[in-house]
Amino acid sequence: MTTRPLVLGAVAYDPKVVTIWDGFRSWLREHGLAVDHVLYPHYERMVDDLVAGRLDLAWNSPLAWLRAGRLAAATGRSVRPLVMRDTDRDLTSVVVVRDAAGITTIADLAGKLVATGAIDSPQATLIPLAHLAERGVKVQAHRFDVGVGLHGDHIGGEREAARALVDGEVDAAAMLDANHLLFVKEGVLPAGHTRVIAQTEPYDHCNMTVVDTAPRAAVDRFAALLLGMSYADPRVRHLLDLEGLTRWESGRTDGYQVLSAAVDRCGFYGPDGELWMPAYHP
Amino acid sequence: MSEDRLDLGGLGLDRGGQLLLRRALAPLAAGSRLAVYGRDPHLPVHLPAWCRAEGHRVESPEPGQGPPPVAVVVRGARPDHRWHGAIRAGDPATGAVQRHPPARWGLAARGALLEGGGPEPHFDLDDRDLVWAEVAPQLYAYAASRQWDPATAVPWSEPFFLPPDIEAAVVQVMTYLVENEQAALVVPARFLGRIHPHFREVAQLLAVQVADEARHMEIFNRRALLRGGGLGTSSAGGRSSLFTLVEESDFSLSSFLLSVLGEGSFVNLLGFLQRYAPDPVTRRVAWLAMQDERRHVLFGVAHLANQASVDPTLLGRLRSAIERRHDALADTAGLNDDVFDALVLMAAGGWEPEAIAAGHERVRQLERDMDQGRRRRLERLGFPPDEAAALSALHTRNFM
Ligand SMILES: [Fe+2]
Ligand SMILES: [Fe+2]
Repeated sequence: MTTRPLVLGAVAYDPKVVTIWDGFRSWLREHGLAVDHVLYPHYERMVDDLVAGRLDLAWNSPLAWLRAGRLAAATGRSVRPLVMRDTDRDLTSVVVVRDAAGITTIADLAGKLVATGAIDSPQATLIPLAHLAERGVKVQAHRFDVGVGLHGDHIGGEREAARALVDGEVDAAAMLDANHLLFVKEGVLPAGHTRVIAQTEPYDHCNMTVVDTAPRAAVDRFAALLLGMSYADPRVRHLLDLEGLTRWESGRTDGYQVLSAAVDRCGFYGPDGELWMPAYHP
Repeated sequence: MSEDRLDLGGLGLDRGGQLLLRRALAPLAAGSRLAVYGRDPHLPVHLPAWCRAEGHRVESPEPGQGPPPVAVVVRGARPDHRWHGAIRAGDPATGAVQRHPPARWGLAARGALLEGGGPEPHFDLDDRDLVWAEVAPQLYAYAASRQWDPATAVPWSEPFFLPPDIEAAVVQVMTYLVENEQAALVVPARFLGRIHPHFREVAQLLAVQVADEARHMEIFNRRALLRGGGLGTSSAGGRSSLFTLVEESDFSLSSFLLSVLGEGSFVNLLGFLQRYAPDPVTRRVAWLAMQDERRHVLFGVAHLANQASVDPTLLGRLRSAIERRHDALADTAGLNDDVFDALVLMAAGGWEPEAIAAGHERVRQLERDMDQGRRRRLERLGFPPDEAAALSALHTRNFM
C-alpha cells in the first residue's frame, strides 16, 4: 500500500455506522486497499467536502447525491454514483389514512393535515408531498423534524408521524413503504385500521458518490471489491446485515428524477446546490 | 415461462405471510418466479418492500387470463448464501462430545447447524479430558430427579424440645454448615461460566450442584433459626480454609480439593449429624444434604479419574495442591473450637463426664472415618496406599 488511502465520508446517523465502516475498512485492508473513513454529523458538510476534493468518496443519501451533482456542476467538477445497495433501488413512499376517516381518494386529502418526516427526508417529506402537489392536492404539512441534516436516515420522524395519525392529531401520514410494513408489524399502525391512499413512483435511495478528483485506479479497485463482497462470506455478512443490503450493485443515475423534481418544486436546493430552504438548519 | 404460485388468502406480511412466502421460495432455484396472490389490502405495498429487504426482485404480472397476481417474485440467492459453508456443532447425542470443541461453536446447541461468523467466545475449559466424565449425563439425570422442596421435605413443625445447651450446639453446627455451603456454591458457580457449552451435561450437572448448595444453605439456616435464637460463631481459621477453595482457579485442582476431599469429608460429617441429631428436623436436614453431597463427590472423583488416565502429570499436580493448601493453612487454627465442642456435646447428649467421653470418642471416630474415606478416594484416583494416607493427613482440619 504505497499510495495514499482513499478518503471516504459517511454520516454518523447511528452508532452502528462506526461498526460498519470499521468493519469494511479492515476487510478492504485485508484485500490490499487502504480506505480511511471520516464521519460527519450531517450530509451538507460532507457534500461540501466531497466536491472540494477533501473526500474521494461519500456514502450519500439521495438528497446529498443531488446536491453533490449540482455543486460539482457549478464548480466545474463532476461526480458519479459508483455503487449502491441492492436494497436502495425502486423504493416507494406511501400516504396513509385512518380507515374510518372517510378519506377514500387522494382528492379527499385537499386541505387536510398530513404528517411527514423531517424537513429533509426524501421518502417521508419531499417525495410524498411533491406527489400530492403534482396531482393538484394542496395539503397542510405537519413535519416531525427528528434528525434534521440526516436526510431522513433517522426513522424517528416517520414513526412519530405514524403515531400522530393513529392518535388523530393529523389526517394522513407519509412514510417509506418498508417503514409502513415495519410500523404495521410493530403495531404502531394497528392492523386493519389504516389504509394506503397514495403510493409514489419508484425512486432510488443512497449511493456511493465518487468525485472526479479521486485517484482512478484506487476507486476502480474499491468498486470491484465492494461488488465482489458476498453475502456468503461470514466476515462481511454481519456488516451487510447492519448496513441493510444483500449485495452491492453498480451505481445508476436514472432513479433520482422523482426526488430532483420534488426538490425543485419546493425549492429545497438551488440550481447550484445552494441551501434555499429557510427553515432547514442541519 | 412456467411459474409457481402462492395464494396468501387474506393473510398480510404483518401477520405471518412471510412464513408462507419463505416456505414457497425455499425449494426454488435462484432466478425462479413465484406468482403471489392475496387479498390483504396492504400486500401491493408490502410485498415489494419485503422482497427488496430479503434480496428478491419483483416483477409486475404480465397480462393473462384470470385475475392477475399481486406481483411475481423472482427469487434471490441470499437465503442460500447465509447457510453457505454452515457446519454442525458436533453431535447432539447424549455424551457424544469432542476432544476440543472450537470456540466459534460458542453458545449453540450441540448438533445445531451453525451460520458462519458470529462471536468466538473464549470458554477456557474446552478440553474433554479436563472437564468430562462418562457418568455426567446419568448423574445429571439422577440429580434432576432427586430435587426436593425445602419447604416440604423437612418436618419443620414437628414438635420437639431440647435443653438450651443442646439447642445451642445444634445452632453452632448449623452456622458452620452454612458457611461451608456458601463456599460449595461459589466454587462450581465460578467454573460454570468457563466450561465450553459443548459439554452441556457437565454444565447442567454443576448447575444442579449449585442449586443443591443453595437449598443446603437454606435448610441449615432455617434449622439454626427454628427456635428463634441468633446464629453461632464463625472462626477466622474456618473462613481461611474455605477461602483457599474459592481462590483455586484451576478446575481440576479445585474439584479435587472441594469435591474429592472436602465434600467427601462432609458426607461423613452429615452422616454423623444424622446419627446423633437430637431432634427430627436436624436429622432430616443432615440426611437430605448428605444425599446430594454423595453425587457431588461422585462427579469429582469420576472426572478426575478420567483425567488421570490420560494425563500422567495430574497426580503430581494434585499432590502439590494439597501440600500448598496445607502450607497456606499451617498458621491458622483449623476447625472452630466451638464447632468441635458442639459436635462432642451433640454426640454426648448431656454433660455427664461419661457421656462427654463417649461423645468425644465419637467425634474422633468421625475423624478416622473421614480419613478412611479420603484415602479410599485418593487410591481410586491412582495414588498408592502409603501416599494416599500421607496426603489425607494433610487435609484441612476444618473438614472442608
Ligand atoms: Fe452442600
Ligand atoms: Fe456439595
